[in-house]
Amino acid sequence: MSLATHATTFRFRQPSALPGFGLTFGFAVTYLSLIVLIPLGVLVARASGLGLEGLWQTATSPRVLAALKLSFGVSFAAAAVNAVAGLVVAWVLTRYAFPGRRLLDAIVDLPFALPTAVAGIALTAIYAPNGWIGGLLAPLGVKVAYTPLGIFVALVFISLPFVVRTVQPVLADLDREIEEASATLGASRAQTVLRVILPSLLPAVLTGFALAFGRAVGEYGSVIFIAGNMPFVSEIAPLLIVIQLEEFNYAGATAIATIMLAIAFVSLLAINLIQAWSRRRFGHV
Amino acid sequence: MMHLRRSTRWPGPVRGVLAYSLVLAATLLAAIPFGHAQRAPAVAITNVSYDPTRELYKAINEAFAKEWLARTGQTVTIRTSHGGSGRQARTVIDGLQADVVTLALAADIDAIAQRAKLLPADWQARLPNNSSPYTSTIVFLVRKGNPKGIRDWDDLARPGVAVITPNPKTSGGARWNYLAAWAFELDRTKDPAKAKAFVEAIYRNVPVLDTGARGSTTTFVQRGIGDVFISWENEAHLALAEFGADRIDIVYPSLSILAEPPVALVDAVVDRRGTRKLAEAYLDFLYAPTAQRIVAANFYRPFRPEAADPADLARFPRLKLVTIDAVFGGWAKAQGEHFAEGGVFDRIYRPGGSFAR
Repeated sequence: MSLATHATTFRFRQPSALPGFGLTFGFAVTYLSLIVLIPLGVLVARASGLGLEGLWQTATSPRVLAALKLSFGVSFAAAAVNAVAGLVVAWVLTRYAFPGRRLLDAIVDLPFALPTAVAGIALTAIYAPNGWIGGLLAPLGVKVAYTPLGIFVALVFISLPFVVRTVQPVLADLDREIEEASATLGASRAQTVLRVILPSLLPAVLTGFALAFGRAVGEYGSVIFIAGNMPFVSEIAPLLIVIQLEEFNYAGATAIATIMLAIAFVSLLAINLIQAWSRRRFGHV
Repeated sequence: MMHLRRSTRWPGPVRGVLAYSLVLAATLLAAIPFGHAQRAPAVAITNVSYDPTRELYKAINEAFAKEWLARTGQTVTIRTSHGGSGRQARTVIDGLQADVVTLALAADIDAIAQRAKLLPADWQARLPNNSSPYTSTIVFLVRKGNPKGIRDWDDLARPGVAVITPNPKTSGGARWNYLAAWAFELDRTKDPAKAKAFVEAIYRNVPVLDTGARGSTTTFVQRGIGDVFISWENEAHLALAEFGADRIDIVYPSLSILAEPPVALVDAVVDRRGTRKLAEAYLDFLYAPTAQRIVAANFYRPFRPEAADPADLARFPRLKLVTIDAVFGGWAKAQGEHFAEGGVFDRIYRPGGSFAR
């Protein structure tokens, strides 16, 4: 938004009293170009070797369609679950003092630090029919490892910190006086939570959701061990890209990648718009 | 910190220059080619190999370095990189400076010859035995005592038998598995349509498609999934040694495929680096008695069995082995027909997880 208003005047307004705008702006643009825009540009350029028609054909082939549905569907579900569960975890970590709180706080970051392949192998070991949890579920007829459910578990694992870490600081900054004011004005506890606290947390939760979703869509390392990788059932889109590469089909691989990129971009944009709306609607955070 | 604080008083032109030089520095930094930091002494060569050969080439490289030192007085380092065969070929095509490649199948070296033109198309005729200093074959691993009574390939197509094999699209070894099953049924019925149905029946029994041979070994042995695991002969023996003969047995089918993992000199690289003589000597060494002995000790079938320890050779039962050239008309043809996009393997799977009938 701010960029558009600048563009109408055709010169950059000095936006703050702090000097160094030219320096930092130049750096930011260069950095973003080198790290994000140029690699993605090359990706799209390589995929364009197929032409729009070829791209459309790749996107609508049943196997790619099944993989895309799986990847985005399960990622959405995992991010949604974490939006709720992560909020609860963040709530517990910021609002209550209990022994071992710092330890628990540090544990939240582990999925960030662990190499994803290690996470995948560990989760598979636990959720396989002969593993601790898998062994308990097997008599009930529930299979986790080597099914789409396994993919869901892996994605929930790797995307949890994103929600917790975005909600936590906002929650910590939330003034308790607001809650007290709400109570003195006669609101019930449920009303306070639903109409006072949650709305001000919503933008942060949405950001966390978007980060978790984006991370989950691109995840390969951990999923590949637990998925079973059966075509049309538990084959994720990133695996299809790897398969194309194994066949030296660079155009095909970049085509699927470009499609994923487009879908991810549209979904993230949509989330950002909802977030901007909720910020306007609910307030200041 | 001092610099930062003083920067608040820098006049405009200085700021501009600073901004410019920062951008320039960032650009230059990005232009440094990471990963190719080769401080190459004249006597180091790179061998790009496939996944299960770690133990083999570790032993061979040591023996070769010792012999080269004795012969020429020169110390030689051999860097060996391992990974899925197809992926390794791709890194060479994309510019990894490999002096020699030792991959799981000829198709992958063909790809390097065709796509990057780093070696001539007739590379496979340059060394004995189709450029394969050792061969291997495809066998079965079953649970201890063979509870499902698996004796041969047709037992794998039976309903109720769970078969573990990696995805032939991502694993070179899995392509040998697939072709061996096909060759078995073709040999029995002489009917390609029946062979296709047979292979489909086997893949109907596959509950997990791992991306590589090592992943499948884990799925079968550690996770306890499946009744039978189709495996490289050397991986089967390695798994037996690693996980214990009290948990798994090896079963040899009546017929299998002669897997020839080939080796080749990458001409364009050795000529640029001036390592041709050394690299050639390294490949010749693979056929020499010392290396052939190591080959057999690592559960690969040596090209010159007379050089190997008879005790090692006794571990290889005789079975009928067919070649890919005789049954499938060579790798290029088999690859295009069975494993390429839209090939026979792709057509086994149908939307919704059902199978072609």
